[in-house]
Amino acid sequence: MKKQVNDLLITDIRRLNHDNFLIELKSESPVGAIHPGQFVNVKAENTPSAFLRRPLSVHDINEDANTFSLLVKVVGEGTKKLSELKPGETLSVVYPLGNGFKMPSKGDRILLVGGGVGIAPMMHMARESVKNGAEVHILLGARSITDHILLDEFKQFGTIHITTDDGTLGTKGFVVNHAVLSANQSFDRIHCCGPEPMMKAVARKAREMNTECEVSLENMMACGFGVCLCCVTKTTEGNKCVCTEGPVFNINDLEWQI
Amino acid sequence: MANLEVKIHDLILKNPVMTASGTFGNGTEFDDFFDVNTLGGILLKGTTLHHREGNDYPRMAETPSGMLNAVGLQNKGIDYFCEHIYPKVKEYSTNVIVNVNGSTIEEYIELAARVNELNHIAAIELNISCPNVKQGGMAFGTSCPMAEQVTKAVRKVYHKTLIVKLSPNVTNIAEIAKGVEGQGANAVSLINTFLGMAVNAETRKPVLSTITGGLSGPAIKPIALRMVWQVAQAVKIPVIGMGGIASTSDALEFIIAGASAVQIGTANFIDPTLCVKIIEGINDYCERHKIKSISELIGSLQL
Ligand SMILES: Cc1cc2nc3c(=O)[nH]c(=O)nc-3n(C[C@H](O)[C@H](O)[C@H](O)COP(=O)(O)OP(=O)(O)OC[C@H]3O[C@@H](n4cnc5c(N)ncnc54)[C@H](O)[C@@H]3O)c2cc1C
Ligand SMILES: Cc1cc2nc3c(=O)[nH]c(=O)nc-3n(C[C@H](O)[C@H](O)[C@H](O)COP(=O)(O)O)c2cc1C
Ligand code: FES
Repeated sequence: MKKQVNDLLITDIRRLNHDNFLIELKSESPVGAIHPGQFVNVKAENTPSAFLRRPLSVHDINEDANTFSLLVKVVGEGTKKLSELKPGETLSVVYPLGNGFKMPSKGDRILLVGGGVGIAPMMHMARESVKNGAEVHILLGARSITDHILLDEFKQFGTIHITTDDGTLGTKGFVVNHAVLSANQSFDRIHCCGPEPMMKAVARKAREMNTECEVSLENMMACGFGVCLCCVTKTTEGNKCVCTEGPVFNINDLEWQI
Repeated sequence: MANLEVKIHDLILKNPVMTASGTFGNGTEFDDFFDVNTLGGILLKGTTLHHREGNDYPRMAETPSGMLNAVGLQNKGIDYFCEHIYPKVKEYSTNVIVNVNGSTIEEYIELAARVNELNHIAAIELNISCPNVKQGGMAFGTSCPMAEQVTKAVRKVYHKTLIVKLSPNVTNIAEIAKGVEGQGANAVSLINTFLGMAVNAETRKPVLSTITGGLSGPAIKPIALRMVWQVAQAVKIPVIGMGGIASTSDALEFIIAGASAVQIGTANFIDPTLCVKIIEGINDYCERHKIKSISELIGSLQL
């Protein structure tokens, strides 16, 4: 699908808990062409402090309505401005960007790991993986029970496993403390998105389990389409742009000390 | 349709809108968004003699109405350029200009001589103003004798249009502009980024891996405009203006202050189709003000 910049109609905007919300946008091009793990770059309002666009993963797509959604956590000025938008208004979006996850084949058993708002791209990934005939396991980690969102939605696509830092839901601890991430489990691939320390811990586990592992990086970006060279990560083949050659990388290609 | 054509020495630009080096990749990244050939010209990403990995991440910090970058001229070197990038960009019908960087005069000479061989490269922009490299770069652009020396040396080996890109990190930019004009520069382009810095108060650490970086975007526009005005007063060669241009009006202001053409940089990141909108906007302005040719507008500031 060709990259485009468009003012897209907001069809829905919904608060999920204290700091997360979903925003649904009507696409100009068929959303079926968006690959799981790809992202968009949005601009809410031209304020001096939120000057650049904000990169956000495609959370899910709806082919019947030709809409896609974004799952956003309010962390600063830009995401706060986004949360104040109303249905019927438009949002300037550059999309689709980046490479996306490697898709499973029929019969593959895969594990999707999301920490915090890193769960965002996993709904789309889970939906498409099920379509491909894969067996999908989803491991979701958050600080506390009130931070866990969209559990029923994820359940539609596979078996879910849960951790909380404080033990108020599921296994107490981090995602790597969950039994599903242990050597007696066998997956064809692990796909992970979340804070970097978490992704490194999951990558370490994946190495122990001898399992292929992909991570989705969230480097700071200026352009989002490969021209500024600001978003680079070190790989075995030198610096690569996270926005065009990622955001999804195989952990074997990254120069991570794990 | 007004006549938007401008001349920069031997270069004929069908309109005065170009893109700034380092903000437009090699042009091909914009093919999805619009036909790059509608532009007056494109400036390719800064090229060096040898492959450069650039600086460590983080290389970017957002600042009020602007950003700091510390990319550090990441590129694959001139051999790679000739083999892989040139074959693609030579198909463009617009002017394609190479942004040339060196850490020594010898490197500038060798690189300029290599680019001189490339038939479809219309001009070079000699970057003596990069704030993000340890050697060379801005050191050449902040000393008048050194700026003159490198211009003189490159002039001997480069026979097409030579544009020298000036640094704003100087006390008297007009003096440097006059200096390089005296050594055979056919045009000057300005400004490159301002040396700046960002600190994270929570961690008490610098935001950029290099501590300092180059400031660009609307935040620098008034200073850039002032410098373009001063330089246009001082030299006879054409001036190419840039620094924070984000709208048609911004571009017109630079032209009125004395720029024969403009470059759009950071604003491409926010609206990848902005250049096209500015070209249309300039045409509308000319029609509205009954200006037949854009050349009437260059340096037309009413005092
Ligand atoms: C490819 C990609 C996909 C992303 N997907 C999502 C998503 O689906 N949902 C979501 O909520 N967020 C996502 N992010 C992160 C999101 O872009 C940032 O949270 C957002 O830009 C912050 O903007 P702000 O103006 O609200 O905060 P700012 O005021 O800019 O920053 C507030 C705080 O957040 C930190 N921050 C800002 N940008 C980033 C970043 N890129 N990565 C990590 N920390 C950052 C800052 O350092 C600061 O501490 C993604 C980032 C990338 C690069
Ligand atoms: C990410 C980035 C990379 C840049 N790389 C180069 C470069 O390689 N060579 C160069 O001469 N200028 C480079 N510049 C400077 C721009 O060409 C331009 O002079 C400057 O950004 C001011 O214009 P603006 O405010 O419109 O961006 C770069 C700027 C940015 C933001
Ligand atoms: S954000 Fe500009 S190259 Fe990746």
